[in-house]
This record gives sequence, structure tokens and C-alpha cells, in this order.
Amino acid sequence: MSTVDRDDPILKITKLTKSFGPIKALRGVDFELRRGEIHALAGENGAGKSTLMNIVDGILKPDSGEIRLDGVPINITSPAMAQKLGIGFVHQEIALCPDITVAENIFMGVTNTSRSPLMDYRALERRAGEILHRLGDINPAALVGTLPISQQQLVEIAKALTLDCRVLILDEPTAALTERESRVLFDIMRKLAAQGISIIYISHRMVEIFENCHRVTVLRDGQYITTMNVAETTPGDVVRAMVGRVIDSLYPPKLTAEEQSDEIILDVRGLTERSRFSDVSFSLRRGEILGLAGLIGAGRSEIVKGLCRLEGEVSGEVTLHGRRLRLRHYADSIAAGIVYLSEDRKGDGLFLDMSIASNVSALKLEQVARGGGIIDERAEADQAETLGARLNLKYGHVGQQVSSLSGGNQQKVAIAKMLSVNPKVIFLDEPTRGVDVGAKAEIHRILRDLARTGVGIVVISSELPELIGVCDRVLVVREGRLAGEVTGEAMTEDRIMYLASVGNERRLAS
Amino acid sequence: MKAEETTTMATPQAEKMDRTGSGAAGTIRRLLRMRETGLILIILVLFIAMSFASPYFLTWNNMRAMAMAFAVEGIVVVGMTILLISGGIDLSVGSVTALAMVIAGLLFLNGVDPWIASAMAIAACTAIGAGMGFFVTRVGLHHFIVSLAVMVIARGLCLLGTGGRPIGLYTLPPEFKFIGQGSIGVIPVVIVIFVVVVLVFDFLLRRTTMFRKVFYTGSNEKAAAYSGIRTKKVVFLTTTLCSGLCGVAGIIYMARFGSAQPTFGIGMELNVIAAAVIGGASLSGGTGTILGAILGTILLSVVSSSLALLDVSVYWQDIIRGSILLSAVTIDHYINKRRG
Ligand SMILES: Nc1ncnc2c1ncn2[C@@H]1O[C@H](COP(=O)(O)OP(=O)(O)OP(=O)(O)O)[C@@H](O)[C@H]1O
Ligand SMILES: [Mg+2]
Repeated sequence: MSTVDRDDPILKITKLTKSFGPIKALRGVDFELRRGEIHALAGENGAGKSTLMNIVDGILKPDSGEIRLDGVPINITSPAMAQKLGIGFVHQEIALCPDITVAENIFMGVTNTSRSPLMDYRALERRAGEILHRLGDINPAALVGTLPISQQQLVEIAKALTLDCRVLILDEPTAALTERESRVLFDIMRKLAAQGISIIYISHRMVEIFENCHRVTVLRDGQYITTMNVAETTPGDVVRAMVGRVIDSLYPPKLTAEEQSDEIILDVRGLTERSRFSDVSFSLRRGEILGLAGLIGAGRSEIVKGLCRLEGEVSGEVTLHGRRLRLRHYADSIAAGIVYLSEDRKGDGLFLDMSIASNVSALKLEQVARGGGIIDERAEADQAETLGARLNLKYGHVGQQVSSLSGGNQQKVAIAKMLSVNPKVIFLDEPTRGVDVGAKAEIHRILRDLARTGVGIVVISSELPELIGVCDRVLVVREGRLAGEVTGEAMTEDRIMYLASVGNERRLAS
Repeated sequence: MKAEETTTMATPQAEKMDRTGSGAAGTIRRLLRMRETGLILIILVLFIAMSFASPYFLTWNNMRAMAMAFAVEGIVVVGMTILLISGGIDLSVGSVTALAMVIAGLLFLNGVDPWIASAMAIAACTAIGAGMGFFVTRVGLHHFIVSLAVMVIARGLCLLGTGGRPIGLYTLPPEFKFIGQGSIGVIPVVIVIFVVVVLVFDFLLRRTTMFRKVFYTGSNEKAAAYSGIRTKKVVFLTTTLCSGLCGVAGIIYMARFGSAQPTFGIGMELNVIAAAVIGGASLSGGTGTILGAILGTILLSVVSSSLALLDVSVYWQDIIRGSILLSAVTIDHYINKRRG
């Protein structure tokens, strides 16, 4: 610990390669991490970011190349070893045990190495509480499985923070967080960096990279493109390096005054579920994209899942194209043309160990079946290929397991699954979570096109700029009720945040 | 153009759900990757080795005996495989099979027509399966526990009904015994039934929307529910089907033995589960094929018969069978790991 040059890299990766069968995920990647820096790693979906980090964490074995930690070549063979070396990793996909408490999850790495064979739950919860307090209010004694995905993400971060790490890897940690929670995370990251901890930060959001990181390294198709000082570059340059071309306007044009229609596609009256939301009424007009905003825990997902009959005992009226619907199960909803894109693609959105084709066809198998319920494999493959092309999905072939796709491309499969039934109304819960800039713009454009053709689109997003950029109208949910509506000029982050948090002192105080 | 595309699609990355590759090269490559191919090769090697080791092995009689041995159990393996794919398991298959025999046998002795008695026994077994399905899906208990309890209860019923002794059914009409003992040409009826069951369920499982839902449910129950699939219904039905097929197997055994054996099928569940797992079914659900499971059954049965012919002690036979299961699962684990 004597005189270490601050510019001396703590982690240096040279010529790293990794293939999965015929897919070359990494082709000779170089990467260098300095002490105390926050280093962003950017690249399109499937560029190889997660693969690179999984190698550093010992989850995957590289085919060739070298990793030096503190200048010493090292062969990291397991996550446990990485942990001992001081490498902490917050994964892109949440990897917690749902049936045990938050506190136990946070200290999982520690409990099995502690000297006493008995667990002191009280102390565990107290210490977990201290760490969680910095991130937001989560009950350390709650079972992880009962928490919404954003809070699970915070638990995942808290878990990494308890480890005494020198290198902290965060793989798209904010994809599931709201602005407010993200900001808390960034504060913590800056403090850690000031203490000399080096952070690798993966994100598709340029704003976050430019506000919080020192340097940024760009990967494209498994290749190292460049490393830049954030202060000396622009988001446009980074995006250009990522995609190899210029991406112009981020959001598609909104509805113009003359395009607006009075025709109501979906009308919801007095939707109520005992403890979670009550008296939710709204209508969705032809052509518009409707947004649902609110703080985490406000009940946005619950309302929508309740409406689709995915969970809960819900009362209230739902009218689609003037016809009153009698929904008992989600299957009725799908049959009526109302579908829900889950916010948790790994937990309940996708069949990870099944093929792309059978994921896409799952909502309505009859569509790819001949009479008598016999699946036509060619039709099933065609369906996946057509939708894959429409969403610009990057994959080998449609028989490939979904788990072998990059996070963003998995999300596209989940969206393809929704589109496969030609729905009348789609509720999209965090539709662009973990999707890269280019693909995100594409998804937004697709949503707009769908809306134009008369499909009702409702978007839930924790990313306010996305809601404001995409939606024609935003409803704000607060504590299970609609707190207000914003349109046109009034659609600003401040206005939405105000509506979302007024009367919620606990949140305001934090 | 289209043909070209399909061949390039069949890269070595393809998985068991990949049935999109056409083209000869693609087909061959796909075949080589399938675990079924591996099992067939192992079985062939065993055949060749055994035909040198024992002159009796490759005789018609021995082949026939072996086929008879795995054919009826194979019907149970079909039910178990489907249940495993849906994420369940059934330890009661052996006792339920025996119970079918006992119920049908007792009814017959009390003057019921053997066909009607058989239908009633199969219905009773199906009802037992439905009962287990109820406890699993409505009460929320685990398959393992529910079927463990039923395994003991059903065995108890068998012993209670018969006083623990086999009941001879000497007056069974010949046309009934025909299902268990007769032949069509040179092919035993038992094997014909078995082949029909296997082909039908293999087709259903691979190609129908109804059974695809079994895969979805086993792969990720929550995602299946979020795809509008009534997962509880699926699990209920696979549980019921497995017991129903045990009933069918029990009746065939009765016709074959000409008696009802209350202690028949003890330890059968292990054999059946092992066969399905060797054939590629996963205990965590979502994967498995009928063809694979049947090859697993054949492999285990060829091994047993070989060991018996070589005069290896029964105790060793168990040890060897267990080791085969362990090796199959281990190899599979590593193959999956390499695939990533
Ligand atoms: N287990 C695997 N088997 C096969 N291919 C894989 C596997 N894991 C990753 N890949 C492939 O490697 C490439 C890089 O994937 P990776 O997950 O590193 O991308 P990423 O940059 O993290 O993307 P995203 O932003 O979408 O998370 C992709 O083409 C992906 O399909
Ligand atoms: Mg990734």
C-alpha cells in the first residue's frame, strides 16, 4: 500500500477472446481500469459487455487473452475467487434467492464464511438495515420474492456493497430503478470512487454515463473500439462508436392535433383491488400512446396486471371497442386482445431454456397450429423470424435457447411474443429495460406505428425522459390511485414527480 | 433461397427444441448432437459385446423376453416423462400399477366381466392421480410428498385386498389373456401396445399445442401463467395421466401373469425415473422426450438382462444400474455446461 501511481491500472485486460460455439462474443478485447475511477462500458445489445464482465468475475472462462490485477497476471476461476480478490459484481439479471429474507440475501456471501455456525438473525437484520438505509427504505426482514423488481435490484446492489471490494462491477443496475433511486446509487458510487474503489459501470443511458463516469470504453460486435475521457467527448460520439453510424432523433414524432381521435379503444371504470389500488378509471384513445408514471411501489404494475387478470381479485369495468369484457383469467384477456409485457423478463416473461421460436409462439399456440392442435413447426419458425426481423433481433437461429441471447435481445424476444398475437391493446411494463440506444429508438418507433394502426399502447416506465419522449399523455399513479394526468406542454419531469410524490412524506423526506 | 437459410440455421448451437433445420447436412449434424443418438450407440455397443460374451444373448427368445420386460414398464415411463416435463414427479407408480391388478383381479373373482373390471381399475387409478393432482395444485403440497404418501397407501390397499397373497385368475378368458400373452404374427401383443402408446405420446408431446403447454409449465411456471396458460390445470392433468397409464400397465401385467400380484412393482419408481432421466428428462422440469426415455428404459433393461446372463449377482446389478444413472446424469451435466 505504499506509493501506487493513481494512473497505474488496477485491472488490465488484453486480447481477450471468447466464443460460444460459432458465436464470437469477444474478439481480442482490451480494457483498462484505473484506481478510483468510474469507467463506463458501452455497446449495443450483444456487444459483449456482460460476457467480458462475467470473465472478470470468473463465471466464464476466456478462450485466450490475459487479465492482470495490480499488474500480476491472474486466472480467475470462480466468482468466489473473484470475491476474495476484491471484485464485486451486480449482475444484469437479478440473482437473489426469493424465499429468504432481504438480510439473508445480502449477507449470503458472508454467512457461509463466518466462524460461528449459528446465525444471529437480529444482528444480520440490523446490519442489513444500515446498508439498505443508504439506498432507500426496504424492510430487511421481508422475503425477497415479495418485493417489486426495483427493490430487488437495490438488494442486489446492497449485497455487493457489503463486500470489501476494490473493483465493483455494475451491469445495468439502473435499468430497474427510478430516477430518484438511481441518483442515490450515483452518490454512493462517487463516494466509493473517492475512497479509491474502481467501478465499472455498464449502461445504455448516455445521460448517466456523462453525468457520473470518468472514462468510457466502447465495444462493438465483440471488438474493442475505443476508450475516451468523458469530459472530452459527446454522447453523439459515443453512440456513433457504438453503432458505427449516426443515430438521429431519439423519439418518434408524437400525434399531431389533427391526428388525434375521439374514438375510445379501451375504457376502464372503477378498477379496484382491495389493498393495492382503488377506483382507477381512464380511457385510451385511438392513436395515442398513454404513459403510466409513479414512484416504485405506487401500484402501476399492479393496476395493469389486475386489469389483465394476472393477479389479484379485481372489480371494475373494462370496455374494449365498446364491448364490455368479462375477464376471469389472463387467457380471456389474451383472447380479447389485451396483453401484458412483464417487467421481469427472467422471472415471468420468458422461458429461458426454450427456443426463441417457442417463446414467441407461447401466447397463442393456435396461430402456428393446423387443425386439431398440431403445431406447424415451419409456421412457428416463420413467425419468430418475421417478428425477429421486425425488431432487428440479433440471433443465430430461431431454435436457439433464449438464455444464450444478450439481455437486450431477450427483451426483444419478450416483445415479439406480445406482438405475435396482433393485440388490440398492449400494456408494456418497462419495455426498453436493458435495450441499447438504437434498438430503443426502434422499439419506440414500432410502438408509434402500432398506435397509428389503431393498437392501444400503454407504457409503464421508470425512466421519465422515455415517458415524456414517447407518450402523448401520461397518467400519474400515487399510492394505488390516479393522482393526475399530464399532456402536451405540461408534460415535464418536475410536474410528474410532483404529482407522483405529493402527500407521500416518507418518500419526500428521503 | 429458403432452403439455404434453413441449413445455415442448424448450427451446433441448436437445442432439443430445434426442429427447424431441414437439408441433409443439417439433419445429420442435428442427429449427432441428440442424446438419443448417443443412447442408441451405447445400446448397440452393448448388443455387440454381449453377443460375443453369451451365445444365448442374440437369440429370438432372449430378445423377446427382454422386450416383454421393458414394454409394459415403458408405458409407465411415458407417463412419468410427461409428468417430469411438467415439473412433477410420482413415486407411487409401482404401487398404483399393482393396485390396478388387484382391483381388476378382485372384481373379476366377484363375477365382473374382465374387460369391465379392467376399465374400472384403470378409472380408479386415474382417480388416484386426480386426487394427487388435487393435493398438489389446490392444497399446494409437493408432488414428492403427496406421491410418497399415495405410494404407501396404495400398497397398503393391495395387501389389504389380497391378504398379501397373489391371487390366481385361472378362469380369465383366453381373449383377455391375449393382450398379455398373445402374439400377432411373431410380435407379442404387449409390444404392439407399447409401440402404439410410445408413438402416440411421442407425437402428441412434440407436435400438439396441448402438450407444448406441458413444456412451458415445466420450464417456467410463472412465465407460463403470464402467457395465459392455466398451469395448475396442466399439472393436474399430467399427474392424472401418469397414474392412468399405471392403471393400463397394471392390467397388461395381470393379463400376462394370469394373476394379481399385490407386491408387484416395489422399487419400480426408481427404475422408471432413472430411465426418463437417462433419456434426457430433467427433474426440474421443462425438458425430456419420449424417445429418449424409452431408450433409457431399453438401456437399463439390456443391462439387467446382460448381467443376469453373465451370472452377475443381483446385488451387483443394482450397484451397476445406479452407477449408470449417475454417469448418464454427470455426462449430461457437463455437456450442458459446455453449451453454456
Ligand atoms: N451462453 C451463451 N451461449 C451462446 N451465446 C451467448 C451466450 N452468452 C452470450 N452469448 C452471445 O454473446 C454475445 C454477447 O453477449 P453479452 O451478453 O455479452 O452482450 P451485452 O453486451 O451484455 O448485451 P446487452 O446490452 O444486451 O446486455 C451475444 O451475441 C450473445 O448472444
Ligand atoms: Mg449484458
